[in-house]
Amino acid sequence: MCGIVGLHLRNPELYPRLGELLTSMLCEMEERGADSAGVAVYGDPVWSPPGTVTVSVLESGLSAEQLAAAVGDTLGTAVTVEEADQTQLVSMPLAEHSDDDGADPATAAETLKKAVLQAAPGALISGFGQDLAVLKGVGHPRALAEAYGLRQAQGWQGVGHTRMATESAVTPGGCHPYAVGEGQCMVHNGSFSNHATIRRELTRRGVEFDSENDTEVGARFIAEKMASGAGVKEAVDALAQAFDGFYTLLVSNRDSFAVVRDAIACKPAVIAETEDWVAMASEYRALADLPGIENARLYEPEPNHIYAWSRNAESRNEASGSGQSPARAARQREMSDA
Amino acid sequence: MSTVTDTRTFNLADTPLREVNRALHQDDVAGSIAISNPRGAHSVAAGVNAPVEITIEGHVGYYAAGMNQQASITIAGNAGVGVAENMMSGRVHVRGNASQSAGATAHGGLLVIDGDAAARCGISMKGVDIVVGGSIGHMSAFMAQAGRLVVRGDAGDALGDSIYEARLYVKGQVASLGADCVAKEMRQEHHDELRELLDAAGYPEDDTSDYTRYGSARQLYHFKTDNLSAY
Repeated sequence: MCGIVGLHLRNPELYPRLGELLTSMLCEMEERGADSAGVAVYGDPVWSPPGTVTVSVLESGLSAEQLAAAVGDTLGTAVTVEEADQTQLVSMPLAEHSDDDGADPATAAETLKKAVLQAAPGALISGFGQDLAVLKGVGHPRALAEAYGLRQAQGWQGVGHTRMATESAVTPGGCHPYAVGEGQCMVHNGSFSNHATIRRELTRRGVEFDSENDTEVGARFIAEKMASGAGVKEAVDALAQAFDGFYTLLVSNRDSFAVVRDAIACKPAVIAETEDWVAMASEYRALADLPGIENARLYEPEPNHIYAWSRNAESRNEASGSGQSPARAARQREMSDA
Repeated sequence: MSTVTDTRTFNLADTPLREVNRALHQDDVAGSIAISNPRGAHSVAAGVNAPVEITIEGHVGYYAAGMNQQASITIAGNAGVGVAENMMSGRVHVRGNASQSAGATAHGGLLVIDGDAAARCGISMKGVDIVVGGSIGHMSAFMAQAGRLVVRGDAGDALGDSIYEARLYVKGQVASLGADCVAKEMRQEHHDELRELLDAAGYPEDDTSDYTRYGSARQLYHFKTDNLSAY
């Protein structure tokens, strides 16, 4: 079964409430999957401070202090480590000048990820990038949301997943979201039946895997397509051609949010939109607590059609050539006040 | 004993769903009943077997009004998967949209959906009448055995795949027909039954000559020795 939820906030006044709203959505989907739960939060000022890149780490075997010291030594620069339940969030400041090494978030995240794996070779990297924190765990979704401190989280976008395992073991590595590209996440309701075949093909091309999970194969397939220049639509179309199985997918990165269902569309999905937010969930009841839901435009996504929203596209319309959108400027002000 | 003018109200915000459904299943249930704050809950007013009027004030989750017998149930909102699935008799009216498998396997009664219905509307219908004010999704009336499906909008891909004896009336475009489903002539008896269904569902303004009838070509459901090699 599994439950998925996603919330993309358009109104910055709601950013401080992201965690509270996402918690209610996630907990409402606990009956669809009660063996694990994971969330990705975009823009929390504690978990992924502005001006840094963050790597989300599970099973490092080190304390926060040990991990910060070891990674700092390797990089020759100070890093911070926040803890949320079992996840350690390692953040490194981005270089200030755009021509410096380490100013590009993708490169910086890659550097930090390598340093973490050098300090903690057995660790599981559950997410990496600018403004992104990924928290995963095994257990009851409601208990996990409390353990993560999800209710207090802030930011502009979040996705969540409640898991009922079908294709691989109940472990943190088998838990969604799968964050396999810089700032990218994917959550999945459904199952891919030919994932082992595609995993072998990807492995031959040098792709490495963290788990035996079918969704991870889908996420890495999409990440590989996008790394070679495909857009999200092209990548998802390629997935539809290559994979056998059922899916409702939510694919996010730090600025966008996309929903797609397979052609048969037996896995459910509901989308709700208001001026203040866009939300999707496996079922309407996960959306019932959102502010203004009574006047939201509610619809079921059509099969084989990609629905995507982009924070940049929306804010670009408002921007006046300053290079920084008003929405982002407002967010930074708000985060620094917080 | 209550009369039609007394409306008994259950508030799902403070009464557990099982308690509400249990009350609806009592032998002496009668009159008019309102259910507030459904908030997408599953199985609201499922299994009712009495000539009562029930209004659900909001959106419901899966299997709302499932297995209905005799009751007239109005959902003032959208319905999730399988609304009125396996209905035997009575009437279910969705004022918003319905998700997939609306009226699945239903044997009797009338299901009216004012908005759109998603994929697999009327899948394996066995005698129910379904009238959809908007459009329906793909694979609707799949293996439909008996009953009538009326669609005032468009139909998605593979309408009526492997259909038996159900009759389908569509006013708009059909994206594609499923295996063994074909367009058929509208004879007077079909105009008459369509008129009756549209009137019953609250669409008296519709002209039956705007509709096309679809049904089974009856090529699939007998075994043919010519096809033996395919098995």
